[in-house]
Amino acid sequence: MSEDEELPDLVGGSTRSSNSTAVSGGGDQNYVSPSPDQVLENVIENVLYFLTSRHDRNAASLVCKSWYHAEALTRSELFIGNCYSVSPCRVTNRFKLIKAIAIKGKPRFSDFSLLPPDWGAHFAPWLRAMAVSYRALEKVYLKRMCVSDEDLAIAAHSFPILKELVLVCCEGFGTDGLAIVARECRHIRVLELVDSDITDDEVDWISCFPDDVTCLESLIFDCVESPINFEALERLVARSPSLKKLRLNSYISIRQLYCLMIRAPQLTHLGTGSFSTLEIVAQGEQEPDYISAFAACKSLICLSGFKDINPEYLSAIYPVCGNLTSLNLSYANISAEQLKPVICQCHKLQTFWALDSVSDEGLQAVSAACKDLRELRVFPVEALEDAEGPVSEVGLLAISEGCRKLQSILYFCQRMTNAAVVAMSKNCPDLVVFRLCIMGRHRPDHVTGEPMDEGFGAIVKNCKKLTRLAVSGLLTDRAFNYIGQYGKLLRTLSVAFAGNTDLGLKYLLEGCPKLLKLEIRDSPFGDSALFAGLHHYYNMRFMWLSSCKVTRHGCEEVARQLPGLVVEVIALNEEDKETNEYVDTMYLYRSLDRPRADAPRMMVRPPLIVGKALYKYKAGLPLAGLKISRSPCGSMYLSS
Amino acid sequence: MSPESETSGGLKTELTLGLPGDLQVQKSGIKRGFSEVVDLKLVNDSKAESQPPSTTQVVGWPPVRSYRKNLVKNCKYVKVAADGAPYLRKIDLEIHSSYQDLLTAMGDMFTCLTICNVLNERKLVDSANGEEYVPTYEDKDGDWMLVGDVPWKMFVESCKRMRLMKSSEAIGLGAAAPSTPSKGSSTSC
Repeated sequence: MSEDEELPDLVGGSTRSSNSTAVSGGGDQNYVSPSPDQVLENVIENVLYFLTSRHDRNAASLVCKSWYHAEALTRSELFIGNCYSVSPCRVTNRFKLIKAIAIKGKPRFSDFSLLPPDWGAHFAPWLRAMAVSYRALEKVYLKRMCVSDEDLAIAAHSFPILKELVLVCCEGFGTDGLAIVARECRHIRVLELVDSDITDDEVDWISCFPDDVTCLESLIFDCVESPINFEALERLVARSPSLKKLRLNSYISIRQLYCLMIRAPQLTHLGTGSFSTLEIVAQGEQEPDYISAFAACKSLICLSGFKDINPEYLSAIYPVCGNLTSLNLSYANISAEQLKPVICQCHKLQTFWALDSVSDEGLQAVSAACKDLRELRVFPVEALEDAEGPVSEVGLLAISEGCRKLQSILYFCQRMTNAAVVAMSKNCPDLVVFRLCIMGRHRPDHVTGEPMDEGFGAIVKNCKKLTRLAVSGLLTDRAFNYIGQYGKLLRTLSVAFAGNTDLGLKYLLEGCPKLLKLEIRDSPFGDSALFAGLHHYYNMRFMWLSSCKVTRHGCEEVARQLPGLVVEVIALNEEDKETNEYVDTMYLYRSLDRPRADAPRMMVRPPLIVGKALYKYKAGLPLAGLKISRSPCGSMYLSS
Repeated sequence: MSPESETSGGLKTELTLGLPGDLQVQKSGIKRGFSEVVDLKLVNDSKAESQPPSTTQVVGWPPVRSYRKNLVKNCKYVKVAADGAPYLRKIDLEIHSSYQDLLTAMGDMFTCLTICNVLNERKLVDSANGEEYVPTYEDKDGDWMLVGDVPWKMFVESCKRMRLMKSSEAIGLGAAAPSTPSKGSSTSC
């Protein structure tokens, strides 16, 4: 069969006439030329089918109405960057064929206790809508959402062919919910729980997987802080021949890990659990041959876990070091001496996470060995402002000199110099993500005493691919001037305890056209800076300002001028008639729909009134008031 | 999708389709500490822009997630394993003030065991079969010690994890423990 019979004839269809002689080559006399509209639709649907990037699809949908409809009918993967930017029913009305959905909820600063616990981001309303419209849903990815056990049960019942469930930084459910998923989701291939807060309901959820062979490919539960029925897990692994990714929690001992590894030598990603002996071992009992277990895992490329590591066992991983592309030691409190014999073998390493316990010396070893390194994260053992700080500019400089392909870095330290940051900006031109956290607030370059302006300035100037930046240390408005001037591709920016005046924020809002996510805390930016971004807020997913100098009046003014925004305000004073008082937190985001109805509820006066609402939390303390403002589009009003 | 309640396999899950925020049973993680620390935030806010106070902690700073915070060597949560018990448990040493307190908690945790103070030694006894369990712990140096020998605070600081060891297997442990001469007699079980 020639291709012409399957695809519409582009040449014939593009001439607007209904000239029936313009038919596809093939010479079939019974062929009737389809109408131009139909041809157009066929083309679009067939071509659009191949468009996977949501950015491409968004662009295609804006061309004209028929492209919009065709795109809506053919999109199968949905990404919702802010669960409150659009209502679930608007989504299900537009897109009919969704098989995979990703939804993000709370802003990132909620990870650091800056949001009340019942702030929102509930999965339930999305679930309700999808349970009706997307019964063929296969993949669910949620980040920073509140998910309950009931939600998991409903999802398990509503999506009979659910294959992938990934919950990142979520909370609200427990092992009860996991048991339901294990039991009911017969087609589950991927079950990943990452950095989530999961209550221990004392349920043996591992035993809930069906008894026959599973199609599990990925089982990640290292954040589940509750005991596991090991025998059941062992049997589960034994009957999961497709299992490639397994990340165990800290209740699994190294002996138990051994048993699992010899049953699953095909693993590519392994989270090693506690990596120490938790059981009582009878005197004289032989230790299993851990090295041979690792040696048998010929496909292992990603290693993590080490949650309670006994460093003596670290040498067991030598056989796989040469193949590793990713090594996460960020729970392992080990020294440089303990790291060196491992890292010197990791020639292919691209991703490395560690604790600062490895010190500058350990980082020098990384720099010498890992020439292919793309991503580095160094976390603090002691997350305090005036702790010892075993890593510094020395480690950063070493990394920049040895790891020239570096693309992403997150580095916690107690002291830093501009010179080292400038050096990194020149040595690592491929940097896309640069996040430096000098833990002491307002701390200057510890050698020169200067602000860190020049260092960060060099980063934005020399790293031309930079899209994500987090700044720290003593910073003046000049730093923001640099960012506004050079950060033309910047999408995500995180600022804390920085800047002098409103100019700082103005530089950002006026200079960075691609800015999508801006989170700022404890910086002296006020209303006039807030107004400087009015031209840009519709292009952003959100902006967060906490402990800054914006007033209630300023927030109301923004809401008034931009009807497409929702402006949420948390104010500390319950009785603030004073609109000149600084608000504690302002979180604004674009939204196609009404302000949400599920903001933290009042305990005292129901119901929630859109406009002004005050909240008291269960402790009885007048802790916070949350107010949703929306500019009056004829209906909603601000009461004062 | 109709609400149903399941009581299979020990699960008592009641399904409801209430509005978000209406849920009676809300599981909130213990790790998000907003309401406890808002007061602290109030105190520190006014000082945020001037000289940073050297010792006051600021909410959410440094920006490290809570589950990454317990990595200092003196971790107060320790795992407790009992011979024959299928699961490990965890106990927070910080919330106890004495060995007696700790033993009581362990007795609660492994409910078949009751405290038996015999000759000033601390043991837990399985009331079902009379089996004696001796609490032991692994200290910072990796040595296994009998619980109760050192002052409480020192024990809390140095304890990494605990075992309820069957008395019959605790032979030899007493001999390895330092100083107290009475230890010799306690090991002949």
